[in-house]
Amino acid sequence: MTKSVLIEKVSERVGSLTRKQTEIVVDTVFESIKEALVRGEKIEIRGFGNFKPKNRKPRKARNPKTGEKVDVPQKRVLHFKVGKALREAMNTGERT
Amino acid sequence: MTKADLVERIFEKIGLSKKEAQEIIEILFDTMKQTFIEGESVKISGFGTFNVRQKMARRGRNPKTGDDLEITPRRVITFRASNQLKSVMEK
Repeated sequence: MTKSVLIEKVSERVGSLTRKQTEIVVDTVFESIKEALVRGEKIEIRGFGNFKPKNRKPRKARNPKTGEKVDVPQKRVLHFKVGKALREAMNTGERT
Repeated sequence: MTKADLVERIFEKIGLSKKEAQEIIEILFDTMKQTFIEGESVKISGFGTFNVRQKMARRGRNPKTGDDLEITPRRVITFRASNQLKSVMEK
């Protein structure tokens, strides 16, 4: 499912908003999550999951082809952990 | 950041009432959940992809007691950030 199909589905369920308005809201949600992650904040969506920025230390690695040492700088990566309710529903098929 | 903060953002940026913003956020995450339960992946361009993966049964161990046990087959969700999101987060 792509974002446009998701917007379509959400729009059908909302009723009070047009498709365009729904699109703006959905875009704003993902944009806001993204901005919070860039600020280093954790996002907690109950029943869905958590998005958490994690710091990776700088390390020395090797180019496997040439054997040369390369410095991998410190960086921040994103970790997603599925919420308990969703994780369980995935295996019982229950609607949450 | 929680759902309440997202509601606040929608209220400030778009001017929907908080009640409306809350309703649509609930519907958004619920629609995604139902899609996963049906076994379908969700791709949000510029953000990332949520994939539904089937895991086989395998032998495992209770890390506390050390007992052998069978890990039942299950479906899991994995998330992969888009390259765009990865690069803005790297800093």
